[in-house]
Amino acid sequence: MNLLEKLDAAAAARKALLPNGVGAFGIPIEEIFSATEARIGDRRVLLMGTNNYLGLTFSPECIRAAHEAIDKEGTGTTGSRMANGSYFGHRALEKEFADFYQCSSGIVFTTGYQANLGTISGLVGPGDTVLIDGDSHASIFDGCILSGANIIRFKHNDMADMEKRLRRLGDNIETTLIIAEGIYSMLGDQAPLADIVQLKNKYGGILLLDEAHSLGVLGKTGQGLVETTGLLNEVDFITGTFSKSLCSIGGFCVSNHPQLEQLRYVSHPYIFTASPSPATIASTRAALELLQKGSHLRDKLWSNCRQLYSQLQEVGYQLGPDPGPVIAAVVATPQQALLLWKQLLEHNIYVNLILPPAAPEGKSLVRCSVNAAHTTEEIRYVGDTFAKLYGAISTQT
Amino acid sequence: MTESNYDEIMKLLCDRLSDLTNADVLITPETNLINQLSIDSIKLLNLIMEIEDAFDISIPINALTDVQTVRELANLVHKIKTTSS
Repeated sequence: MNLLEKLDAAAAARKALLPNGVGAFGIPIEEIFSATEARIGDRRVLLMGTNNYLGLTFSPECIRAAHEAIDKEGTGTTGSRMANGSYFGHRALEKEFADFYQCSSGIVFTTGYQANLGTISGLVGPGDTVLIDGDSHASIFDGCILSGANIIRFKHNDMADMEKRLRRLGDNIETTLIIAEGIYSMLGDQAPLADIVQLKNKYGGILLLDEAHSLGVLGKTGQGLVETTGLLNEVDFITGTFSKSLCSIGGFCVSNHPQLEQLRYVSHPYIFTASPSPATIASTRAALELLQKGSHLRDKLWSNCRQLYSQLQEVGYQLGPDPGPVIAAVVATPQQALLLWKQLLEHNIYVNLILPPAAPEGKSLVRCSVNAAHTTEEIRYVGDTFAKLYGAISTQT
Repeated sequence: MTESNYDEIMKLLCDRLSDLTNADVLITPETNLINQLSIDSIKLLNLIMEIEDAFDISIPINALTDVQTVRELANLVHKIKTTSS
């Protein structure tokens, strides 16, 4: 099979899962009306598949900051920070993230994906070990691959399995990076951080926590899982993204380890890419300020999360273990997931369809992302529609 | 690690692969895990976890990219077991 035939085979496998040209992935969005509504084809749909957790995509503060930055600094930096230098905004945002997490330093990356890629591949290399959760995001996995380190995976959130693997590492623990996530993107569950920290303190290793989905969502000031658990000082490196609660694009890593700064000189995903645009940095700075002051947004978000979770749970959908902004209905087959996804769209609700192998353990998921801008009525409508479709989905084979 | 340990690894692998696949397929050291046994990635990862527990080792998942046959998997397990003991 030649290179192009391999792609043909992959395309055939995709078409087998999605017959009749169903465009579930990368669906064309014709118009965006607000943080919660858009037009897909001729339908005005409710957006339940974005990661806009605090609903800030149209916040006047962020939009104004982005406009001003474009007017003042132009549309792009046209190169990497190593070559083209660091703008005031890049440095300011790094300081603001470091201050937010009470850390000595921070680095901003061009995407959240690159934040994990760059941090992990900068911290570990061939001969080192990364111990990762089985449900880790692709950016974590790809960062591990890029690093060349030995990748050892423990069963998702299974502390007995994690401990077994820590024990087996023996002296290699000295060069081991443990990685977990504040909220996992597939089922929306949280890492048992207190247990992970306890094991790290017992066996050793360096701990990196990715707060991509938990930033802005968990904790009084929105720091994430480190804040709700009170374990900020026990985590060595925190990464996160701007593309969820902060409504732009980019990523960060903060730490109290002075060695973090060295990543600027060894991390290819940091060095060999264009730096974030002035507008991106400016809107992110504005959003970070809103996020810290946004306890009312978190209250509304969590009220929405609990409402939808309990509605779906009452109907009988299999969900992740706890309510949260990511609420995924686990169904038995890809066909059921596809049917549910299509039916929801016909009811003007856009959610995410996640099929094997993207979903963990061969599961098929229909995933909702709740946000603070959804009204109580919108959430109720989504819950009611899921309930209406439950019978048809359950009997579909 | 002694030769008998290697044989033990090979026997465990063949036994478990027989359980996982069509009974008509003869498992030999040269059997290709993907092409001949059609083991999907989830079954393979579950099998790896069983092997890890049986020999009290952790197999890096990136080391598996070089593994195609039962013999290559046995060699990998043997190598890790030897270096960890």
